[in-house]
Amino acid sequence: MYSPQVAEHIANPRNAGELDRPSGIGDVTNEVCLDRIRLTIRIEDQKLVEAKVKASGCPPTIAAASVLTELIIGRSIQELSLLTRKDVIDALGHLPPAKSHCAVLAIDALRSAIGGPR
Amino acid sequence: MKVYLDNSATTAMAPEVIEAMLPYFSDEMGNAQSVHSFGQRAKSAIEKARRQVAALINASPTEVVFVSGGTEADNLAIRGIADAHRDRGHHIITTRIEHPAVLRTCEALEANGFRVTYLPVSRNGLVDPDGLRRAITAETILITVMLANNETGTIQPVEEIARVVSEARSSGLAYLNLHTDAVQAVAKTPIDVKTIGVDLLSISAHKFHGPKGIGALYVRKGTRIAKLLHGGHHERDRRAGTENVPAIVGFGKAAEMARAQLDERMARMRDLRDYLERQVNSLVSNVAVNGDQERRVPNISNMSFVGVDGESLLIALDLKGIAVSTGSACASGSLEPSHVLQAMGLAREEVRGSLRFSLGAYTTREEIDYALSNLVETITRLRAMAPADELETAHSI
Repeated sequence: MYSPQVAEHIANPRNAGELDRPSGIGDVTNEVCLDRIRLTIRIEDQKLVEAKVKASGCPPTIAAASVLTELIIGRSIQELSLLTRKDVIDALGHLPPAKSHCAVLAIDALRSAIGGPR
Repeated sequence: MKVYLDNSATTAMAPEVIEAMLPYFSDEMGNAQSVHSFGQRAKSAIEKARRQVAALINASPTEVVFVSGGTEADNLAIRGIADAHRDRGHHIITTRIEHPAVLRTCEALEANGFRVTYLPVSRNGLVDPDGLRRAITAETILITVMLANNETGTIQPVEEIARVVSEARSSGLAYLNLHTDAVQAVAKTPIDVKTIGVDLLSISAHKFHGPKGIGALYVRKGTRIAKLLHGGHHERDRRAGTENVPAIVGFGKAAEMARAQLDERMARMRDLRDYLERQVNSLVSNVAVNGDQERRVPNISNMSFVGVDGESLLIALDLKGIAVSTGSACASGSLEPSHVLQAMGLAREEVRGSLRFSLGAYTTREEIDYALSNLVETITRLRAMAPADELETAHSI
């Protein structure tokens, strides 16, 4: 059902936690299933230098949150704005079609975080 | 280490069961309907198994109809009664927590002119016999209430329900029948069909270390049912189709072993299950055991870990070689929670964090200890991964 990558991220989530005084916070919840991702990022010179994430919910949500941090650290704001849910899904191998909304939630967290602190 | 704690889904076959089955795949391959000696030996093997299965539930061998499993047994009971008695009434009573084999069959009959009442259950998962009494009408031909629930293990008051049925019959409802899906109860609790007082009872072999693809419907003598499968006169003209001799022989052996070892197996599974729950309760916060704690089979523990998603826990435990199950799954952005826990009125967070551990006759203390340490570690990790205010929010729901 789930790819080995999804399972591996569940076992070893990357960059789990929360940054002190981040430059941006993206805290998004899927109101239907209550899955939640809270992303904190630090931007320096138009570049994302540090990210930490917390997540709760079904396996793809936690895996998407985890893999998102790998996809965004070291990228420029310009590059981040081009990132889509497909990049998240590809990085996880695949997601069952009914679970692609978990990748959407991760991208929503990123967009919200880039938008600035709330 | 591999730890299989999903014995309510299916079990490993007992070595004795496999050994008993083997000759019937090769040398003893006769068709039980054949007149020659090959056929007659197959026939006598089937009749031995029928006696073994009958003995497990204190039925007469002629009251045991071999079918392909629990799903067919439920279908045969419900459709069989509905078809045989449709000129007497079109009302069926069941509960909201039945197995899909019962619920979907009832729904199919609803599309066919039957009316079905789905009774609610209490917070601890029990049906109220008085509520059931009030639901009976002059049109009611069948009541179907499971003996043990497959998600929580809660044992329904079927004996009391049988008394309600018996009263209704004395007051004129001669065509009222009582069926129970005992798939999760057989070999987990003593069953005497004469004491319980049911007309029909479903059994599946693979839930107690027998083979898959075989089960039985107990049909009390004098109960009229229509058949689902038409063809030859097999099973006293109640179920056509060449008998699956190896599976039936394995089923018989599993039933014989379950009967001989019932007390010992029950005590062993209960001790381990209670140990698991005690340890979880002392090592993990925000945990609840779902379902009635007294009235339940000894091998199932359904627990809710608030603030954690059951499926995430399941995946994480699977990576450690531990197999459990969860009743809830989210699909297409909507949570499709367990219909059983929902009917019990559990909060969304409790349903979401629910996990079923189900033990078998061969589960060991070492396996439970391995599962425990990984469970605690996984819950701690997943809770740490959750946003800080998550547990607090969840708890206040």
